Amino acid sequence: MTALLLFHVAVAAAALAAGPRLGSRVFYVAAAAPAATLAWALAQTGGVIDGTATTQSWAWVPELGLTIDFRLDGLGLVMALLIGGVGVAVFAYSAAYFHGKARTGYLAAVLTLFAGAMVGLVLTDNLLALYGFWELTSVTSYLLIAFDDKNGSARAAALHAILVTSAGGLAMLAGFVILGQAAGTFSLSAIVAEPPTGTAVTVALLLVLVGAFTKSAQAPFHAWLPGAMAAPTPISAYLHSATMVKAGVYLIARFAPVLAVVGPWQPLVIGVGLTTMVLGGYRALRQTDLKLVLAYGTVAQLGLLTAVFGLGTGEAAIAGAALLLAHGAFKATLFLVVGIVDHQTGTRDLRRITGLHRTLRPVFVLAAIGTASMIGLPPLFGFVAKEEALGAFLDHSWGGALGGAVLVGSILTVAYSLRFLWGAFGDKSMRELGNDPVGPDAVGPTWTWIAPIAALTAFTVIAGLVPDLLSALVLAAGRAADPALDGFHLALWHGVNTALLLSLASFAGGAIVFHYRRTVRRLPAVTPSLDTAHLYRRGLSLLNVVADQVTGLAQNGSLPVYLGVILLTAVALPAVWLVQAPVPWSELESGPALLIVVAVGIAALAIALVRATRRITAVILLGGVGYLVAVLFVIQGAPDLALTQLLVETLGVTMFVLVLRHLPERFEALPLRSGRLLRAAVAAAVGVFMTLFTLVATGARVAEPVSTEQVARALSDGGGRNVVNVILVDIRGLDTLGEITVIAVAALGVLTLVRARREPEEPAAEVEGPLVHGPDAGAPTTESPGVNP
Amino acid sequence: MSATPRDDARDRSVILSVGVDAVFHTIVLFSLFLLFAGHNAPGGGFVGGLVAGTALVLRWADDGVAGVLATLRVDPTTLLGAGMALAAVTGVVPLLLGSSLLESGLLEIDAPALGKIKTTSALPFDIGVFLVVLGIVSMILRTLGDDTDAITDAAPDEVDR
Repeated sequence: MTALLLFHVAVAAAALAAGPRLGSRVFYVAAAAPAATLAWALAQTGGVIDGTATTQSWAWVPELGLTIDFRLDGLGLVMALLIGGVGVAVFAYSAAYFHGKARTGYLAAVLTLFAGAMVGLVLTDNLLALYGFWELTSVTSYLLIAFDDKNGSARAAALHAILVTSAGGLAMLAGFVILGQAAGTFSLSAIVAEPPTGTAVTVALLLVLVGAFTKSAQAPFHAWLPGAMAAPTPISAYLHSATMVKAGVYLIARFAPVLAVVGPWQPLVIGVGLTTMVLGGYRALRQTDLKLVLAYGTVAQLGLLTAVFGLGTGEAAIAGAALLLAHGAFKATLFLVVGIVDHQTGTRDLRRITGLHRTLRPVFVLAAIGTASMIGLPPLFGFVAKEEALGAFLDHSWGGALGGAVLVGSILTVAYSLRFLWGAFGDKSMRELGNDPVGPDAVGPTWTWIAPIAALTAFTVIAGLVPDLLSALVLAAGRAADPALDGFHLALWHGVNTALLLSLASFAGGAIVFHYRRTVRRLPAVTPSLDTAHLYRRGLSLLNVVADQVTGLAQNGSLPVYLGVILLTAVALPAVWLVQAPVPWSELESGPALLIVVAVGIAALAIALVRATRRITAVILLGGVGYLVAVLFVIQGAPDLALTQLLVETLGVTMFVLVLRHLPERFEALPLRSGRLLRAAVAAAVGVFMTLFTLVATGARVAEPVSTEQVARALSDGGGRNVVNVILVDIRGLDTLGEITVIAVAALGVLTLVRARREPEEPAAEVEGPLVHGPDAGAPTTESPGVNP
Repeated sequence: MSATPRDDARDRSVILSVGVDAVFHTIVLFSLFLLFAGHNAPGGGFVGGLVAGTALVLRWADDGVAGVLATLRVDPTTLLGAGMALAAVTGVVPLLLGSSLLESGLLEIDAPALGKIKTTSALPFDIGVFLVVLGIVSMILRTLGDDTDAITDAAPDEVDR
């Protein structure tokens, strides 16, 4: 399984490299990745159906208990088949769709990486790894939605998608961590086998659900998905219908057995799912962009899937697995059809398209089959799956209510499906046709466009006619929810039962709604309070405003304020503990009298320093303080420290002088007495604190000082008699490496800023100016940029 | 090192000039002594770099930025980069040899005429530190010590604009 993921990375790299040479044919190369997934999944089918889950494990960060565990069971296999199967079709179609377009290598590479992340997501058995793959799909999906990066609305849509899904992802991560702590393991299969209980687990599951709902575009988080239609159509077909949005559904399916135990979340999942189904269906009816009709239709179908898996029974899991496959096949078909319509007519506006069922006959036939499967017409696979789902709903204890809600959703589904087919291919009257109609003279696409769609349609038809082919597979998937399941068979005909009657009712109802479509268009939109796209925009602008204000407050550009905050923080936090610590007055010993002389000298210089009005005086006095501190070091027997201190002070004063030449000669007097008092108070607080801190710290030692051993081992291990130097280059060598890196980076940054500010007139290439300027070449600012001295 | 491109300019103090020339090489030599002796006596790369830096400051006081750059002969940023690279490589090499990061080993070299030289593999690391410090000091001198705009009194407000 690891090899399969690495293969995706390799294929992505190859696609990136080959892109410029192959053009859109690079997608045929990249198709090797989903083809490998499909072939591998098919090869595993026998073993999985026999009940042997394939597992694989390797340590990632053993210190944190992070392992990459892969585990293939029935549910994972269904998802892998979906990712691989739809992937091959979409990649092959993309080779035709992106013909002559730029950046195909990049697109194919990102799409391949996405497919790899998706495979990892459904195969991993570790919650944290699952989160990692989850975020990878978010990031790659962001890049794919924003592929047209010169288009502001595409970028905004991509941002919307990644903000919503990764916010949900973070909630999910928190849930995973709580779950893992409660269960003592991050293994998905172990947690599901023995679900932990308690309030924390209840909260954790809610957080996980937030993640699932955002990813699968469930109300109220659904608004990002229609926006994501800014992506190129094959991308939408793959990500936003067949695979990524199913990740949330997959997660719910995984956790269904646990959810069923924890009471309140089952009604929540089913409620949200069915609400989303009705809401999405209603919205789909009102769209005029064919792709948006499908997008809202996808929202609705995801709602149905969420609700089915939320039932938590084995029967529901089987139905859900069948629905996953059916939906993946027909929704990808329809998206790819929209891509053809868009490409051949130049528009996706159903008010402008007419008569395509004649001019694009083969495409129309495929679209009709896909639509029929979406409606749930026999003998297609959509019908088989939907009958199973209806049966699962009706078997639940709230069967009547659930059946009613699904019926409403199904009526809307039938209506928007009919509207889609009519909108894309039908003949329209003048009344329903807007300006500038297109279609009667459209030209059919080549077979490279149609073949991938035909393959998906073939699956829909064959699986519908002979559903028993898939019985063992969906049964294996159902075992993820209920390991005891056995003896199940998918069938096209179950006899006349309630589910069939509900289906017939939905056909009739849907046809009626479709017939009165113009009346439906005049119905009010869903109330604004439910319009979460609006909430998202408000929230985003609020976030920006708050960020501005926080930045303005925290970084107001005043050095005294920065310094004051740093000093007071340094004083306040340890001082809380310091006041409780005793100062060991009795242990203090008197030092040499010279120390006191030097200390008095330091104090005198410091007092003179704060009274200085000229900057240069202050700098020199500061240097004097430093020199006297060096004298303290000498008295105490630390020649290395003293030498370093002397040199640093010398160079420090020099650097100060260099800078002072650009500053006014005198300090500006502080205008307010209160400001001076405040500064004095801060200074006094820091001074008193540091004195006490030093006293307490020297008396607080209980352990043997580390320096004893450092001195002892300096010569034997470090090969030097100067323990200070051995500490610097050997014992704490990594610290030194870090320090020189920090000062090097700081120096580069500061000096670059100084030079950039000093030479605003010169072009960037001239930043190296002072190197070549002779000192007498005159001020750089007075030179014309073109002169090269 | 003898390049003095500004002999003709400004009122240059002869006493300063002669004084700097007199002590410059001594200071540089002292800095190298500190660098190499540092493992067993007070000193080391950091202190050595600072001492060499003060030598450059003296050169700057006498001869300005051009004098500093002429003395160095390499770009200050090159010094900085070379020092960082040397220190980093010294740190990583033990890893490649199977020891831990920055672990030092003893070296004994029998040099003709000089006799036995004992040193450790920490010396290149210290030389790296030396170069970084020297590089930073010379970069500061080059950027802030360029007194052209201070002389022309292109007053801060004009520069600010």
